[in-house]
Amino acid sequence: MGTTAMTLLAGLGVLALVSGVLVFTLNSMARVTFSLLAALVCVGGVTAVLGLPYLGVVIVLMMVMEMVIMAVFMIAYMMNPAGLMPMSMLHNKRGALAVSGVVFAALVAGILLAPWPDRTGARPKDTTFQVGMALMGEQMLTMVTLGFVLLATMVGATVLATRRGRYDRLGDDLDRRPADDPVRGGVGR
Amino acid sequence: MSEAGEWWTPLAAPGLLLVLAVLATTGNAVLDARSAGRPVTLATAVRPLLGVPRVLAAQPRRLPTPDVLLWRAGAVTVPVAAVLSTLVIPVGSHAAADLSVGVVWFNAMEVLTWAGLWLAGWGPDSVFSLIGGYRFLALGLAYELPLMFALISTATGAQSLRVNDIADAQHGLWYAVWMPVAFVVYLAGVLAFSFLGPFAYPAGRDLAGGVLAEASGVDRLLLQAGRWLWLASGAAMAVPLFLGGGAGPGLPGWVWSLVKTLLVLGLLVWVMRRVPVARADRYVEFAWVVLIPLTIAQTLVPALVVLAR
Repeated sequence: MGTTAMTLLAGLGVLALVSGVLVFTLNSMARVTFSLLAALVCVGGVTAVLGLPYLGVVIVLMMVMEMVIMAVFMIAYMMNPAGLMPMSMLHNKRGALAVSGVVFAALVAGILLAPWPDRTGARPKDTTFQVGMALMGEQMLTMVTLGFVLLATMVGATVLATRRGRYDRLGDDLDRRPADDPVRGGVGR
Repeated sequence: MSEAGEWWTPLAAPGLLLVLAVLATTGNAVLDARSAGRPVTLATAVRPLLGVPRVLAAQPRRLPTPDVLLWRAGAVTVPVAAVLSTLVIPVGSHAAADLSVGVVWFNAMEVLTWAGLWLAGWGPDSVFSLIGGYRFLALGLAYELPLMFALISTATGAQSLRVNDIADAQHGLWYAVWMPVAFVVYLAGVLAFSFLGPFAYPAGRDLAGGVLAEASGVDRLLLQAGRWLWLASGAAMAVPLFLGGGAGPGLPGWVWSLVKTLLVLGLLVWVMRRVPVARADRYVEFAWVVLIPLTIAQTLVPALVVLAR
């Protein structure tokens, strides 16, 4: 790994840490959300510098979408909805400090103690293809199962969260047309 | 063939993008004048450009409790992401940075607009701006997935995420011809991430300008410029993805790229003026019930063609 890559890696790592600390020290929900996003974007950059450009760029893509949607919910469920008022992200300080200290120590010990394998063979030119084969080749069944579990979870959560069912929309005999919806959609179901 | 960019291409790409964006705004102003029955002169064409010094010289609007940091960050993100997205767009076969994951890079930069517009809506601490920011997210949840499937269709057809490979893989039969659904959905997506025309909902007139309601000075200029830069960038990306890139008889590749980009840009400006604004609650249902199944079926077509090859 060249000097440029090492410098980038160090810079992105420090930025990620600083934004991570800011998540717990800033006092506006919007700022907290976007400093968490900054930390995750730095992690995407680290992944790309480590030679996995596809995963790195996808992390940035997904985290931006996810954190922006998350901002909506974090602000909606926060005790002060405006989010511009002072607030604290710290709760149960002693317990949290103990848990996070132990986890950090365990992770660092893992990094230092694990017997990392040496590289065998040459580095592949296009790692995107290798990632695709690793996920969709031998692990195809796992990925398909995961996909269905995720989809079922999303549909189930939406059904549980929705007060109205099809009988509310279409009447007792399911024959009311057009459906009685609080917000009319664009297709006219 | 993919060729590495010269040293000056990273500088040329933003310049070219700016020229295209200016052409689109002046063209729009000319069409405005024509439909209003005013005489079309050079003055009508440069009229939107006079807005630049005017907005810079205007006294900035002061608000009681803005979150200036986030507001600025949002206003800067939109045009900067548009410029960064052009790094992977080849003119002829020269791209500033011919990344092996170019399509994903373009998509990631486009998604940065979500963050930018939400922040631009949140920053001023004003109701109309905030609703504008939330409107863009609602629109984003509608247009993003069909747009992703449209991009995936082209990458599947070429079996590569490199934009130059996708342009080269078309061999005279453009993807726009045999993936028409993906092409149309992509063009709709371009209008959506530049929040213009039918997708001007986040900056709607019914909302006193939405995300633009409180923006003044450089912030306003950046957001407005971001819209047209994104329109130009989306038009330029349509050429390698769907229209065979720089391929064409006689002329050199970069000329063909520019000609096709201008045609797509003209088409987008024309459509943008013809179609009324779509409300997000209507477009979301249309996107999820009609467009997503259609684009998934569209992605299946190149997948089957590649398998049978």
